[in-house]
Amino acid sequence: MNNFAGADTLIEICYFIATALFILSLKWLSSPATARRGVLAGEIGMALAIGGTLLHHGIVDYKWVVIALVLGTIIGVPLGNVQMTAVPQRTALSHAFGALCVTLVGTAEFYLRAPDIPPFMMTVLSMEVILGSLTFTGSLMAAGKLQEILPQRPITYKGQNFVNLALLGSAVVIAGILVAHPEQMRLFPALIIVPLIFGVMLIIPIGGADMPTVISLLNSYAGLSAAAMGFVLNSKLLVIAGALDGSSGFILSVIMSKAMNRSFTNVLFGGFGQIQTTAAAAKEERPVRSATPEEAAGILASASKVVVVPGYGMAVAQAQHKVRELYDSLTKRGVDVTFGIHPVAGRMPGHMNVLLAEADIPYDKLLEMDVINGELPQTDVALIIGANDVTNPAARTDQGSPIYGMPILDVDKARTVMVIKRSMAAGFAGIDNPLYYLDKTLMLFGDAKNFVGNIVRELSGSDGHG
Amino acid sequence: MKLDLLSSLYVFMLAAFIGFEVIRRVSPLLHTPLMSLTNALDAIAVVGAIILAGEHKSNLAAILGTIAIVAATSNVVGGFIITDRMLRMFKSSGPKKS
Repeated sequence: MNNFAGADTLIEICYFIATALFILSLKWLSSPATARRGVLAGEIGMALAIGGTLLHHGIVDYKWVVIALVLGTIIGVPLGNVQMTAVPQRTALSHAFGALCVTLVGTAEFYLRAPDIPPFMMTVLSMEVILGSLTFTGSLMAAGKLQEILPQRPITYKGQNFVNLALLGSAVVIAGILVAHPEQMRLFPALIIVPLIFGVMLIIPIGGADMPTVISLLNSYAGLSAAAMGFVLNSKLLVIAGALDGSSGFILSVIMSKAMNRSFTNVLFGGFGQIQTTAAAAKEERPVRSATPEEAAGILASASKVVVVPGYGMAVAQAQHKVRELYDSLTKRGVDVTFGIHPVAGRMPGHMNVLLAEADIPYDKLLEMDVINGELPQTDVALIIGANDVTNPAARTDQGSPIYGMPILDVDKARTVMVIKRSMAAGFAGIDNPLYYLDKTLMLFGDAKNFVGNIVRELSGSDGHG
Repeated sequence: MKLDLLSSLYVFMLAAFIGFEVIRRVSPLLHTPLMSLTNALDAIAVVGAIILAGEHKSNLAAILGTIAIVAATSNVVGGFIITDRMLRMFKSSGPKKS
């Protein structure tokens, strides 16, 4: 008995230190200078927590625990070493795994404890299972869309919102019945299956450009379900880790929705899908000016300040390394090159920063929207690579535009605007971009990677001109 | 049991406030690593799964617990590796010449 008490105290001390380390870990992540220390703190905390748990006196069978830990590591290592362009889908997949773990534990706990489950306990257990299972399928769907296994276009149908609300409503009703009558154990599978379906239905109408918000939201759900699991298991460590993850996801979703001038409900239930058809139909042919790589190189070389605006198109074309060559080549000529990063550029929060950092572009050249908007009026050339809606001036001026009110990068205030784009096809929202028809705008048609590569070649070929 | 839940509720509220204050200060530059790091930390749910699988109170609980350990461990390992890989890439233009 004494031995048990000793081990229990040791476990509690491990958990206590782990909790402190987790909080420090996030605190140190606030700046790139201390961020890696933050990861180390997280790792030590995790090792302490897992090590402490293995001392638990109730554990009678280590064989499967060890096998599972090894198997998880074998799966985890390749998932940690994916290409940087695959980070959004990897993140979505890891939300799914986290949610799966929580749902399975919740299910096991229910069958271990039923039918004697107090109402309050059953309430949090239901929350755990509902949030867990909807996050599981929702995240798998999101990962599928990001990996392009599933169609990226939003799929909408009549009565979609009704179906979704009905599904969510019935999950809540089932939970309510189980809270009142936990002995109705036959109902429990429905408490998992209905949210599983809801998770699929929830992501079907989501388009690619809404992914940053949706991934953040799923992040938040995953955290909340883990916190609920902490309530069930009476583990303060889990409650705290879940609350940290939940609030992180929540903050990111708020930032993302604000950056698109849309509410959560609008992202989840609105869908730009319907607008797509009407806006595209109303489009008319207007003349645009285009330029060759030589002309573009000439203009860039004679500029003194250039702002590059990357978007998802840069990620798709894997153009970040060519962009870095362009950055080097221009910087060598004394041109001041910075990058303007819109919060929702790409497919997840911070996506562009990671890709550009991967290409070795110093992070102090990556500027946030507010900063870069102050500099754009003094900028000679704004070079847009694979970004569209986040540069659309209609968001400022055209009250009828679906993206009206969305904060954008004011690239139209620069002296010259260059847009690298495959064709004149409209962006995600299907909205025409008036930027392309301005007199100061030059369209550079082609694949982002090739075009930037050609500009770099022109620049190195014409050394000495400037 | 009721008291446990109540004190958990207080802990949750305080942790959520700390989370808001700490995470609000994370630079947008690091939002992707933030998400992968919180994901790895969130996989602390593995401790619940380990106890479930190890205690072997029922076959169902042991099987579900074992699968849950695999899922959570892959998040722990993958999450920390990729976060560190990403953070290693962030370099300032200051000290080193580019």
